[in-house]
Amino acid sequence: MNAQTGELALQAKGITKRFPGVLANDNVDLTLRRGEILALLGENGAGKSTLMNVVYGLYRPDEGEVFVKGRRVRLENPRDAIALGIGMVHQHFQLVPVMTVAENVILGAEVTRAGGILDQRAAAKSVGELSRQYGLEVDPTATVGELPVGTQQRVEIIKALYRHADVLILDEPTAVLTPQEAQELFRIMRDLAEQGVSIIFITHKLKEVLAVADRIMVMRAGQMVGETTPEQSTEQSLASMMVGREVLLRVEKQPASPGEPVLQVEQLVAFDERHHRVVDGVSFEVRAGEVLGIAGVQGNGQTELVEVLTGLRPAAGGGFQIDGKAFRKPTPRQVTGAGAAHIPENRQRYGMVLPYTVAENMVLNRYYRAPFTRTLVLDHRAIKSHAAALVQEFDVRTPSLDTPGGNLSGGNQQKMVVAREIGRPVRLLIAAQPTRGLDVGSIEFIHRRIVEQRDAGVAVLLVSAELDEIRLLADRIAVMYKGRILATVSAQAATREQLGLLMAGIKDKSESAGESDDADRALAAL
Amino acid sequence: MNSLVLIAVLRSTLRQSTPITLGALSGLFCERVGVINIAIEGMMLTAAYMGYMTNVWTGNLILAVIVAVLSGGLMALLHAWLSIHFKVDQIISGTVINILAVGLTGYFYQPGTVTKGKLQSVAVPVLTDIPIIGDVFFDNGPLTYAAVVLVFAVNIILFRTRWGLRMRAVGEHPRAADTLGINVFAMRYINVVIGGMLAGLGGAYLTLEAVGSFERLMTNGRGFISLAAMIFGKWTPFGGWAAALLFGAANAVQTQIQFSGDVTIPHQFIGMLPYVLTVIVLAGFVGRARPPAAIGRPYETE
Repeated sequence: MNAQTGELALQAKGITKRFPGVLANDNVDLTLRRGEILALLGENGAGKSTLMNVVYGLYRPDEGEVFVKGRRVRLENPRDAIALGIGMVHQHFQLVPVMTVAENVILGAEVTRAGGILDQRAAAKSVGELSRQYGLEVDPTATVGELPVGTQQRVEIIKALYRHADVLILDEPTAVLTPQEAQELFRIMRDLAEQGVSIIFITHKLKEVLAVADRIMVMRAGQMVGETTPEQSTEQSLASMMVGREVLLRVEKQPASPGEPVLQVEQLVAFDERHHRVVDGVSFEVRAGEVLGIAGVQGNGQTELVEVLTGLRPAAGGGFQIDGKAFRKPTPRQVTGAGAAHIPENRQRYGMVLPYTVAENMVLNRYYRAPFTRTLVLDHRAIKSHAAALVQEFDVRTPSLDTPGGNLSGGNQQKMVVAREIGRPVRLLIAAQPTRGLDVGSIEFIHRRIVEQRDAGVAVLLVSAELDEIRLLADRIAVMYKGRILATVSAQAATREQLGLLMAGIKDKSESAGESDDADRALAAL
Repeated sequence: MNSLVLIAVLRSTLRQSTPITLGALSGLFCERVGVINIAIEGMMLTAAYMGYMTNVWTGNLILAVIVAVLSGGLMALLHAWLSIHFKVDQIISGTVINILAVGLTGYFYQPGTVTKGKLQSVAVPVLTDIPIIGDVFFDNGPLTYAAVVLVFAVNIILFRTRWGLRMRAVGEHPRAADTLGINVFAMRYINVVIGGMLAGLGGAYLTLEAVGSFERLMTNGRGFISLAAMIFGKWTPFGGWAAALLFGAANAVQTQIQFSGDVTIPHQFIGMLPYVLTVIVLAGFVGRARPPAAIGRPYETE
């Protein structure tokens, strides 16, 4: 074994994988050195997951070879990969929720005494040792389903390490994490790399790549299009490599020219399922032609606020008006009828019906009206021609109008939802986490559409946990903390740090909400 | 109530509960790996018939029990083949087996056949001398003992062994099990067949230990009550056993009331007792029971 291959933990040469009608991997090469964190960057559908599934033995490549520690290997199934020390943490966790951490870890590689009796104590002990060695804090006896998502992810990592993985593939590991949990994961990744574990980190989030990777490989349309390091790149350069053209990470927009108030919220109160007062007397207004951003850490009442405004949750106190029409406990249809569009934060649950076709999903908010319904019968021809126009206008990539919505990629599902919601004249757009989990191209597209709506005189309420997104799109920013609006500031004047402090609930006592300049000064003094 | 009546009711409780206990364990093996088994009734009936006929032809009771167990397993293999291999809806597949069992046993049943005996009670030395308890627990037929032993054994298998851990994983999250190299299809096939064999043992109990003869439709809904017992017992062996004992007790009391003769309620109403209990228990208590997550869904590989 020569020195050069000796330090390679994993190598893929000339991998080609075809699916019916798609060339998912086109002669792809990949190298992974021992103890490095390699970011595999690319948009949804670029072929990252296909390549990793080849390396993990889930797919057999049509052409090409895989080498592990310099030796050529045949990977027939995940068992082969596991035996070679390759572990994979899937985007959707492969954990049994009703079982304990220890049971999940040992499953399939159990330690047993005579007669196949499980040695639970030995299992808990080795889980404990692994979690100490790599700083992966977790209680082996806890039931997995009761753990927070970030901890479940640690269980997945421990599972791989328990099987002696020294190559770890993390498939979009931060998609489900809060920013804090993501930071913790990066610390763990660095610890692991320091102890000799080689990591492939699949993502399309540019900031993360720059923060944690040692080396970056970029894929686009099934090909490896470039290799770089964080030192040599910027978000802008990575985005361009990924998308294959210049990408505007900033949205061009003119200063807003707000008109009359469209949405007026007064002393709104709402409770969650556990009867906690999660929206606690919120008042604000959104004017025609402006974007009001609601910033805040997840779980400070934003979700419930949006649910009340869209008719999904009754207000327990206060109320709101849309174009002067007062609502307290409206049905979603009444709100829709008043000219409100809703891009829900959980698009698969509230934004669409997964098994329905693209055409059907496109009329969910008005199928009951002409021309889609004639007396009692749906007019499928009208529904289809309507959908065809929207698919065209909003660039929804779908094989056909009859394809189930659930078969589309995340970005195209969201475009479908956006198309349905703003593909008709609206007065108010309520967008909750509109770009969560999407690739750069789709994010850019949706951001542009939101600004277009604003410029057309629509009042836009944007709720997002991504501070960058809020700062990019909003004209005014309201920070929500523990069910209240702590302050409303002008987007131009506010800095990232100031907003961060407000999101953490830190606000000068002498300040009154709404006077942004004073708030800024007070915060700057902190 | 004097002690003789008490002993009679308790003995009857244990015996009435035996086929239901075995049926509940049968359902447990299937459902814990994610396959619904409403065919316990049909598997039991087939086994009861096959065991009985083997006894008629050979007079060998041990062989008869073995044949009964195997025939239950064979019916389960059919269920597995339809629902795992062909991904037929598991309720449909189970219904097919139930109807098939009624048809086959009814068609081939020969009235007037006689056996050369049934499994006799075996008194456990010493223990049988304990007052009341000895009479109730330590003077029973071999299959009654077997059912109790199996409850404990299945509990250990399910919660303490590698096999049980894998069973539960396959029933809860087959994909997770698959990614860890566990063969989901094999696990389902094998456990469904084991479940069928347990139902077969329940059937053997009816014709080879309890009654000693066969009648058309003699399982009389016990398979379905087993299923209710398993659900009421929250898919655990001890829970299922406790539920089976409850139904057994209802049956024993109902029989005792009818025998005592001084009740003016029509006997049909008293005879309804165990079934009414099933309905009440299922309607009232089961709301919170949580079945294995992957139940009823055929596993699709990517």
